[in-house]
Amino acid sequence: MSQASTTAGHVPTPARDQLKVAALGPWAWLRTNLFGSTWSTAVTLALGYVIVRVVFGLFEWGIVHAVWHVPYGPTGIPDTTVCQKAAGIGACWAVLADKYRLILFGRYPYDEQWRQAIVVLLFIGLYIVSGMRRFWRKELVLIWIATLTAVGILMWGGVFGLQLVTEDYWGGLPITLILATFGAAFSFPLAVLIALGRRSTKLPAVKMLCVLYVEIIRGVPLIAVLFMASVMFPLFLPAGVNIDKLLRAQVAFILFAGAYLAEVVRAGLQALPKGQAEAADALGLSYWKKTGFIILPQALRLVIPPLVNTFIGFFKDTSLVLIIGLFDLLTMGKVALSDPPWQSFSTEVYIGLAAIYIAFCFAMSKYSRSLERDLNRSRTR
Amino acid sequence: MSQATADPRLIAARVAPRRRMRLSWTDPVFRSIVWQIVIVGIVAVIAWYFIHNTNQNLAARHIATGFGFLDRVAGIPIGEHLLPYDPAVNTYGRALLIGVLNTLQVAVIGVVLATILGTLIGIGRLSKNWLLARLTGFYVETLRDIPLLLQLLFWYTILQGLPGPKQAFHLGHIAFLSNRGLKLPEIDWQPAHTAAVLVFIAGVVGTIQWNRRARRQQDATGVRPAVWPVALALLIGLPVAVWATLGAPFNPELPVLRGFNFQGGGTVSPEYFALLLGLVTYTASYIAEIVRSGIQAIPQGQWEAAGALGLRPGHVLRQIILPQSLRVIIPPMTSQYLNLTKNSSLAVAIGFQDVVSIANTTLNQTGQAIEGIAIIMAVYLTISLSISLFMNWYNAHIALVER
Repeated sequence: MSQASTTAGHVPTPARDQLKVAALGPWAWLRTNLFGSTWSTAVTLALGYVIVRVVFGLFEWGIVHAVWHVPYGPTGIPDTTVCQKAAGIGACWAVLADKYRLILFGRYPYDEQWRQAIVVLLFIGLYIVSGMRRFWRKELVLIWIATLTAVGILMWGGVFGLQLVTEDYWGGLPITLILATFGAAFSFPLAVLIALGRRSTKLPAVKMLCVLYVEIIRGVPLIAVLFMASVMFPLFLPAGVNIDKLLRAQVAFILFAGAYLAEVVRAGLQALPKGQAEAADALGLSYWKKTGFIILPQALRLVIPPLVNTFIGFFKDTSLVLIIGLFDLLTMGKVALSDPPWQSFSTEVYIGLAAIYIAFCFAMSKYSRSLERDLNRSRTR
Repeated sequence: MSQATADPRLIAARVAPRRRMRLSWTDPVFRSIVWQIVIVGIVAVIAWYFIHNTNQNLAARHIATGFGFLDRVAGIPIGEHLLPYDPAVNTYGRALLIGVLNTLQVAVIGVVLATILGTLIGIGRLSKNWLLARLTGFYVETLRDIPLLLQLLFWYTILQGLPGPKQAFHLGHIAFLSNRGLKLPEIDWQPAHTAAVLVFIAGVVGTIQWNRRARRQQDATGVRPAVWPVALALLIGLPVAVWATLGAPFNPELPVLRGFNFQGGGTVSPEYFALLLGLVTYTASYIAEIVRSGIQAIPQGQWEAAGALGLRPGHVLRQIILPQSLRVIIPPMTSQYLNLTKNSSLAVAIGFQDVVSIANTTLNQTGQAIEGIAIIMAVYLTISLSISLFMNWYNAHIALVER
């Protein structure tokens, strides 16, 4: 019994664990980690039973009895009787096979969708390059500007012989990536300014504005900000001026992300020892020189892992544009499901969408954790 | 000690004679005043520009500003309401109030359930049992990486795809789960029940007081008087006694299948169920990580030292480890509670009528966009502020008292 109650808090360090395994072999590993006590054995057996049942069930449903293709009728409408028969027994992956282009790329002209595919690859490349520490210098800003410009050119077209495609036809994964990445790119400078303003001691009025902004935005749900962008913002503009819905949502995202990023940046500014600022003052540097050359480079480096985590949050939050009727990845999934033959196969579509989100978020969070470990290691050594 | 030797710079500042501000760009005080005037001025001009345009636009569309519409009859049908509501008679104000109550109800129940589930999973991740640790780890990793909205839509379609009332899953013909939601027996509410609940609340207060007394006595004498018999008597014995003396009324109304639907009993609608399920499982994955890192933040030496003093493991966890990890856990936990409350606004996507959903319908019907959004923001700001004030108070209450 005493074993059972200590399981809660006692955590062997991984290194110690590995030593034990190396010294004693797999049987000893099993005995310590799966059958350590009566309680542990009971948990292992119960969980093992459930896991085996669930995994076998999912294997049968998702692979053995699954329907991968369906025949198409003479008018091009898929004939889903096979899937209807398999409902509840086997998954109907045919819906993804039929609709993946629509879900990924939306209503963009079919022959031009290669442009969106390149955009997605550009974004992934941008994330990878930004993640590599050898690129953490000023040139990274230029890489971001160049990539985002290229994305704009590819999406809109109209130059270099590319066909012009207006925002009304954009959709799918590129919209999700655009909202998240442009949101991060534009909200970051805003966030730095807000954080500096909130930390300022000499400008109380500016400090109050920054505090108000951050606290109001962080106090309300993202939906309220998006509603504001979709129904209130048009009222703010002079009659006749009309801003595109996507752009309004993007602005809402930038304002929303700015408040959250500002708090992350502020944490970095606070963590920096005061001596740094005092030393810069003693050298006679001006405020902007001090901030730009001494404070920010160090403070931002401290908060890169939480910045990545915040970005993962925004990436997931882009799905909320579904509520104001923009065609991001999740909305396109719902559009695909509104097609009558596929209406009852939402589980398969949602699993497909979840897989895409997990792929992006898992990679980023894995990266953020390894980064945290690296940065901590260099600090504790 | 630190107060005796004050910062020398402060002394200098106090001693230095106040000099008059020069109206020159080289004077830092003058410069900061100019900067502030410029920045506040820019913000004010932008705000004035927006307000001016808004007034013109509203005038052009013949929309009257103000909250007068709250007194008009709403005509919004609302499925779940904690207060009596009739769409043909009641006003927009009443409808919005019901929306606020729905939001609060989901938030309170969600916070409680998510805390329980999250704590269990967080402790499970620290288990010595490899399988349990891995499984809870898998749960956390997967649920955190899927957008909440997608999870809500998923649960909602699952619940809608359940068999109809005739083939409903049931628990001993008392509770039924079908595509009409969860049907539960409902107790016919009597004054005796109200009295029992009030006595129970008094019992909670009494138990807390008794616990304090026990701690004082333990601090003074080293012997801790037993708490659980008193707690049992106050929390269960007394309410049951009160309920029994008032006649022990107990006639639950069971849901019964009549035709194509159930009659009687209480209902948890699929929308509400899906929202709660999604919010709780999603937030629990974050809370689990907070609990895990909170417990891990306590150095191993604390366990060992407490063990060396001869404390039993249960005592070590309760008296030594948890009070210390709570200090690490409370601040991030607060932001998770706030997140859950704000995320409950996603109800609008699956058709549960919380305040956002009802305000959205209201602003679509009346055209009062600004007022509608102002109401949403005011409600959430009030909730957020109250939660963070309470949690800050609690955090200060348990904070380490330093010299």
